[in-house]
Amino acid sequence: MTSFAKPSINLKNAKRNKLGLTRRDYEGAMSTLCAGCGHDSVTACMAKAFFELSIEPHRAVKVSGIGCSSKTTAYFLSEAHGNNTVHGRMPSVATGAAAANTELTYIGVSGDGDSLSIGLGQFAHAIRRNVNMLYVLENNGVYGLTKGQFSASSDIGSRSKKGEENLSPPIDPVSLGLSLGATFVARGFSGDRAQLVPLIKAGLKHNGFALIDIVSPCVSFNDHKGSTKSYAHTFQYYHPAVHADYVPMADDIKTSYEDGEAVPVELHDGGMIMLRKLDKDYDPQDRAAAYAQVAKRAAKGEIITGLLYVDESQKDMAAMNKMTATPLNALPYESLCPGAASLADLQNRYR
Amino acid sequence: MSFSPDINDFVIKLANVNGTGSSSANGLLMKAIFRMGVPVVGKNVFPSNIQGLPTWYEIRVTGEGHMARSGTVDMMVAMNANTYARDIAALSPGGILLYDSTWPRQHVLSRADVTVLGVPFAQMCNEAFSAARSRVLMKNMAYVGTVAALLDIDPDVVRELVREMFAAKPKLIDLNMQAISLGYEYAKANFACPLDFRVEKLNKTVGKIMIEGNAAAGLGCVYAGATVGAWYPITPSTSLMDGFKAWCEELRVDKETGEHNYCIIQAEDELAAIGMVLGASWNGARAFTPTSGPGISLMSEFIGFAYYAEVPLVLFDVQRVGPSTGMPTRTQQGDVQMCAYASHGDTRHMLLFPAHPGECFSLAVDAFDIAERYQTPVFVLSDIDIGMNDWMVDELEWDDARRPDRGKVYSAADLEKMDKFYRYRDVDGDGIPYRTIPGTHPKGAYFTRGSGHNADGAYTENEAEYQEVLDRLKRKWENAAEHLPPPITHTAKGGKARFGIIAYGSSDGAVMEACAKMAKEGIHVDYMRIRSFPFSQEVSQFVDAHEQVFVIEQNRDAQMRGLLLLETELPREKLVPVLHYSGEPLASHFVHREISALVNAASQKEESA
Repeated sequence: MTSFAKPSINLKNAKRNKLGLTRRDYEGAMSTLCAGCGHDSVTACMAKAFFELSIEPHRAVKVSGIGCSSKTTAYFLSEAHGNNTVHGRMPSVATGAAAANTELTYIGVSGDGDSLSIGLGQFAHAIRRNVNMLYVLENNGVYGLTKGQFSASSDIGSRSKKGEENLSPPIDPVSLGLSLGATFVARGFSGDRAQLVPLIKAGLKHNGFALIDIVSPCVSFNDHKGSTKSYAHTFQYYHPAVHADYVPMADDIKTSYEDGEAVPVELHDGGMIMLRKLDKDYDPQDRAAAYAQVAKRAAKGEIITGLLYVDESQKDMAAMNKMTATPLNALPYESLCPGAASLADLQNRYR
Repeated sequence: MSFSPDINDFVIKLANVNGTGSSSANGLLMKAIFRMGVPVVGKNVFPSNIQGLPTWYEIRVTGEGHMARSGTVDMMVAMNANTYARDIAALSPGGILLYDSTWPRQHVLSRADVTVLGVPFAQMCNEAFSAARSRVLMKNMAYVGTVAALLDIDPDVVRELVREMFAAKPKLIDLNMQAISLGYEYAKANFACPLDFRVEKLNKTVGKIMIEGNAAAGLGCVYAGATVGAWYPITPSTSLMDGFKAWCEELRVDKETGEHNYCIIQAEDELAAIGMVLGASWNGARAFTPTSGPGISLMSEFIGFAYYAEVPLVLFDVQRVGPSTGMPTRTQQGDVQMCAYASHGDTRHMLLFPAHPGECFSLAVDAFDIAERYQTPVFVLSDIDIGMNDWMVDELEWDDARRPDRGKVYSAADLEKMDKFYRYRDVDGDGIPYRTIPGTHPKGAYFTRGSGHNADGAYTENEAEYQEVLDRLKRKWENAAEHLPPPITHTAKGGKARFGIIAYGSSDGAVMEACAKMAKEGIHVDYMRIRSFPFSQEVSQFVDAHEQVFVIEQNRDAQMRGLLLLETELPREKLVPVLHYSGEPLASHFVHREISALVNAASQKEESA
């Protein structure tokens, strides 16, 4: 069994969000991943982010592909619909779902095998369409469920548990996202929740496709010496460049940020993403410069993290398609069917 | 079956070079005859090419209103020197060949039983028009004029059509009319016009339209209330989405705001296209994809997922010639078995078989109701013959009282009253569970998965739980058999025919005509047209009631016959395959010849026994 119910324990003085819900209300089934798996940390961050944003769980939709990461959609937000689709094809299902109803919050969870090998095409095209969703790529550089093969994100020179050396260059989701025109590109680390939770919140609130590549070590098959996706390696080469916070409309921005320290990015819902540069040379609003910086750090073997690029001005899929504000799945049939009189009339051209 | 040409009963075939603008000229000719009240059948046989390869257009003038090709050619308009040899060979004895005599070809074009008429189309057009492109295009209009004169097509009707055709570019009206006159006057001056076989006004097209199946299917999607269409371009299904898009732009755009109440997504491939349909449909919109055989091959994994997770899907498979890339612009019914069992594991799918554009419209609408009622993929199996040719059919009709059947979906109010919702329980005993649409209610949430699941919707590897769901899926499928569009049976006069025919889809017109012709010759055969799969009991009963049943289909491997043998208890020897799979639309001549021979052989065998 990959999922079974988690006992729901409500603590008396548990913190409640604006909806009156507790963190527990954002949890899901018990994880069946290995103890210490990076993905479980990500799952916890996800639940925390949804809780803090006070999103009604049933107004969220979770989609995933196949693999360890894709299983995790069962482990948070049990009151949200989930769709554990086929391998590498989650982006298309998310795209169709987002077309049918623009009012829900869409979150896709995938892995490096699911997104960068079998599903590279769909991943790329969902970015191009700027589908309004958060896309979390739990990146561990290895095929876990099939026990330890290299994935497409394995670095050159990284060694497998059996000692084999990877010789093919990696596909970096961040560079790829930047080159494909992604409007929100971030990288996080499952070992840094303080950075990750705000990134998830910002990604959820971004209007368009928000990509978060999360280094999420596989404790069973890729956490050994010689692996570049291990906890130890990641901590050693970790380079946070830009910190991002999501600030809701109601909050007073000035209280937490002093002038000049942070750059605000206005969001469609009236809230803001506050960008705080940790690396003064980094500009997360200049695509070409961001791309160059990411490449420069990668060449040094560093793992650059944070909200690496954001552009809130681009049209999402719904806007590109001039879709009406009412969700398509809620349009009354009477407004969709032209009726008998129109049918008689429009056939004149066929006579 | 002899087809001697007669007034309002003959076939013209036009041999052209692809990309020279001939198809609009040929369409004009056909429409002119239709406007004269005379039924027509048009077949466009075109290459997988943009420019340069040979293309043919066949117009059957049929005062009796037949729906298929006859299989004969009485007049060949040979405008492609590269195909002269095969074009003259295709003519029926006594036929007429019209060609461009700017370059005389008496030695190539000699056949004792054929009359050759030469008109210097190129020369006339070169003298009359200066622009290079006009010279090419106007040759087409010039032969329209000649054919109109030879066949006595009303010049006023032609003029009116030219006006409509170029309504947006009035300058072109005079130019085209000038070209038509060149050909018309030349024929009047040089040949005995009109010919013995020609067009005479009738009133047999009242209440009829001429429409392509793909345009009709696209319109059906609009009327069904579909809002999401996802697709990857593939011949011959592209014009279905083009049609849907055009209808939506006309009927579904808010006049004031310009907002669309639909979303059309051109996917990166067919795998994504069907994934989008699945996502949209799962999320409560009516969604569909048009494709052809190669697309279905690619979509198979998701089709199996939709079958097992019970997500409605509507797929239009406009079939073309396989295997592999095959002949993308030629017709076949080669995807029947692939669609019936698409994807790995125990899967089976519902199929609908439209016979003409009228049914492309009505079955498109039905497909959405069926998919949502049974929460499963539904395939509308059209083909290039139906999809991309103009067919004369009854005007499409709509009942304003009709409302979509969205199937068993719990509303927020339903869920509010419930303790807990379980996705895959057979609450009503009909094999169909209730579903919920994401976002409806906190109690409605469930986890959709292609992995093993139990009736509660939870993951399982328990044998009994797994089997319970699989068995219910089968019950659901079997229960659907009597609720899908039923077969249509034509009983021969006298009611005691020994032999029967089973056919489906675009074979219908040819079979109907052949049966009528055989009846006149004293061969009485009953005919059942299958319109859906799974088969209703009626199908087995029809076979049981006959000594032998000829299963006519447009593929090599007798796929429908195979399906009948797999899905019923019918004996093999009773089902005799009659197969046509060259890629040409089925002709009544072929059906008449094959069935007559089989019936005669069976009768002779009996006499000698």
